[in-house]
Amino acid sequence: MTRKPLRYVEDIPGGPFATVPTNEEGTAGWRTIRPVIHLEKCTRCNVCWKFCPDVAIDFDSEGFPVVLLDFCKGCGICANECVPKAITMEREE
Amino acid sequence: MGTKEIVTGNYAQSYAAKLARVDVISAYPITPQTTIVEKIAEFVAEGKLDADFIKVESEHSALQACLSASAVGARTYTATSSQGLLLMHELLFWAAGQRAPVVMGVVNRAVAPPWSIWTDHTDTMAQRDTGWIQVYCESNQEVLDTTLMAFRFAEREDVRLPAMVTEDAFYLSHTMESVDIPRQDEVDAWLPRRPRSHILEIGKIGRLGSFMGPDLYMEFRYTIAQAMEQARRAILETEAEFESRFKRSHGGFVEPYRCDGADAVLVTMGTATSTAREVVDSLREKGRKVGLAKLRVFRPFPAKEVRELAGLADRIGVLDRSYGFGYGGPAYLEVAGTLAGGPRKPLLRDFIGGLGGRDLTPPVIEGMFDALLAGNGDGDEVTWPDLHRAEEGV
Amino acid sequence: MARLTIPKEEYMLPGHVGCPGCGATLAMRYVLKGVGPRAIITVPACCWAVMSGAFPRTCVTVPFLDNAFEATGASISGLRAGLDKMGVKDATVVGFAGDGGTVDIGLQSLSGALERRTDAIYVMYDNEAYMNTGIQRSGSTPAGAWTSTTQGGKTGDWKREPKKDIMAIVAAHRVPYAATVSIGFPEDFVKKVEKAKAIRGPRFIHVFSPCPPGWKYPPEKTIEIAKMAVESNVFPLYEIVDGRYVVNRKPGRPRPVAEYLKVQGRFGHLHPAGVEAMQQEVDANWRRLLALERMTADAPLPAVRDEAVR
Repeated sequence: MTRKPLRYVEDIPGGPFATVPTNEEGTAGWRTIRPVIHLEKCTRCNVCWKFCPDVAIDFDSEGFPVVLLDFCKGCGICANECVPKAITMEREE
Repeated sequence: MGTKEIVTGNYAQSYAAKLARVDVISAYPITPQTTIVEKIAEFVAEGKLDADFIKVESEHSALQACLSASAVGARTYTATSSQGLLLMHELLFWAAGQRAPVVMGVVNRAVAPPWSIWTDHTDTMAQRDTGWIQVYCESNQEVLDTTLMAFRFAEREDVRLPAMVTEDAFYLSHTMESVDIPRQDEVDAWLPRRPRSHILEIGKIGRLGSFMGPDLYMEFRYTIAQAMEQARRAILETEAEFESRFKRSHGGFVEPYRCDGADAVLVTMGTATSTAREVVDSLREKGRKVGLAKLRVFRPFPAKEVRELAGLADRIGVLDRSYGFGYGGPAYLEVAGTLAGGPRKPLLRDFIGGLGGRDLTPPVIEGMFDALLAGNGDGDEVTWPDLHRAEEGV
Repeated sequence: MARLTIPKEEYMLPGHVGCPGCGATLAMRYVLKGVGPRAIITVPACCWAVMSGAFPRTCVTVPFLDNAFEATGASISGLRAGLDKMGVKDATVVGFAGDGGTVDIGLQSLSGALERRTDAIYVMYDNEAYMNTGIQRSGSTPAGAWTSTTQGGKTGDWKREPKKDIMAIVAAHRVPYAATVSIGFPEDFVKKVEKAKAIRGPRFIHVFSPCPPGWKYPPEKTIEIAKMAVESNVFPLYEIVDGRYVVNRKPGRPRPVAEYLKVQGRFGHLHPAGVEAMQQEVDANWRRLLALERMTADAPLPAVRDEAVR
């Protein structure tokens, strides 16, 4: 959900008090490459989840990692650290 | 009724902080503020005040500690002077921007170099752009009462701005006067501890401070300006409430004295007002029609009340106990600026005096009235009476 | 699925505006996993003041207070006092500041907070320069590094001075707990934060926090570099527990410092003599650390204890 940007005096809640979580708006536009997880190689060791700086890896019902593409910035740490080399970084279209 | 005690202006501050049941005090010692915090430390040590006194390593840290405690809902107090206030400058803006109702006692002291521990208003005048409410006191009773009132109007939901209550170094801070100290139960009934809004709470998402781009920052600053406007009514309402309960008033924003039919009125701030009152009385006895106006609240600046002064006399002088290198001293600038937009155009004169603790004696103040009455529009608008110049053989 | 080695709960949200591969984001993520939801953080001017997003956004689920650059130490003292007076006894106060805001402009305020035995955790995330303002050198920048204010050039004006030893400065205040952690070792990191959380009094965590644009390496190598620093003894993992030094990890065969330096463009100008000098410096520091461990086993200077810690 993208909020309308605030503009008016009336929008300001009586102080510089910010309460809107950042995960309402994505940062997908930052990346030029994206991680692709090859599940057949994945051992579900959780290293990719552990090292993601954007908290952009979650788990499915079987415990396999799922990249949250709305938020992944394509830094490549997951691919670099993946123990069985099950993640490749591929160009965004 | 409370108890009558003979106390210094500094102790009046300490008693006010105690009566207000402050939660957190954070302060650093500087002459002549030191006895304020020493008395508070004594109250805490004796179990008479249940507060956390953070003995910080600088005034800059003192105000930050107050702001952080205030951010989670605590009632906070600090006190300083001169160099200490200057060191806090960055955080004064932070307090207003964070909308933290911190109350601060400032013992007006001249700034270095050279070192001077004596009084003038340079330190607090230099903070007039920070968004703090500023009240200049004339007596120790006023110091105690105003500090108590400050906790109330600063914390009002429609204000939520920090407030500083000033007293002249040594004339008030270290001079004993008879002060009526209210009873704790009376103050408790009048100054309730109510929950505050816009605070950070454990377990709740929220960021206090944040950052804003050009598209919104201006609107945010406007909200602080709005709060300062709302402070006008809040201050007057608080004074009315205080008067009805404690039977004392200190004159609101501007308190005229014997201005009826006056040819000349002198605007004064702080303890110089007491001396000027005696001069007015003695000059009136000699048939000279003079009056004085005590300028008490400097922020928010009482434009309406100052314009009313212009209706009382054709000649208005301002006694500035500081100098800001502008078009005259800071109080003069504000008075002159206010009147420039008004319907009346009295003759205006600025008198810079009393700097660094130079005594403002009755002859010196009488000289200001003489200059005001004799003036015809020629001559210097801004003068430094009682300046020692070799040429004049003084 | 393998058992998770660090707590699953997240208190940091995606959508923040940190650089891709930023080490400081993991520093916050792991600190929050260690302290849990009953916490409040106070943050000065630094990358983290910006990362959380512009108004009205915030990227952590715990309350977050902005404080003045110099004053993180004062802020944690104020928060602790304020919470105590509001009757909140079970919350952890966390100061979270960069290296510049701690070892340089924030040093006085930190010292005050430690000397007053403020009951809080101070975390310094160390990306070894003023990164938020564009990679200017700080007192924590290692000798030999390129920064935007030590650009080498014809005069060889690289950062010459050694890195300020903040752990030694903190130890001199006789705190009950101080520890170094690296984002390359999250299990050790979170365990130390949890350990700190359970202790009363002033606690200090020094986080090794690589920065892709500042150290000049591609973002995917952040964790690799965070591991190499430990494995080469450039950034040893150790704790000071009640005055006793405990070295957590003693690599049997440490990696050559040259390998650690080679991956980072900020050291790309170093000649073999410079690399060798750095190896000797790292070796000397390591020997001294082991000596401190032996010495303090026999003669620690324990933390000052007082029931009414602030």
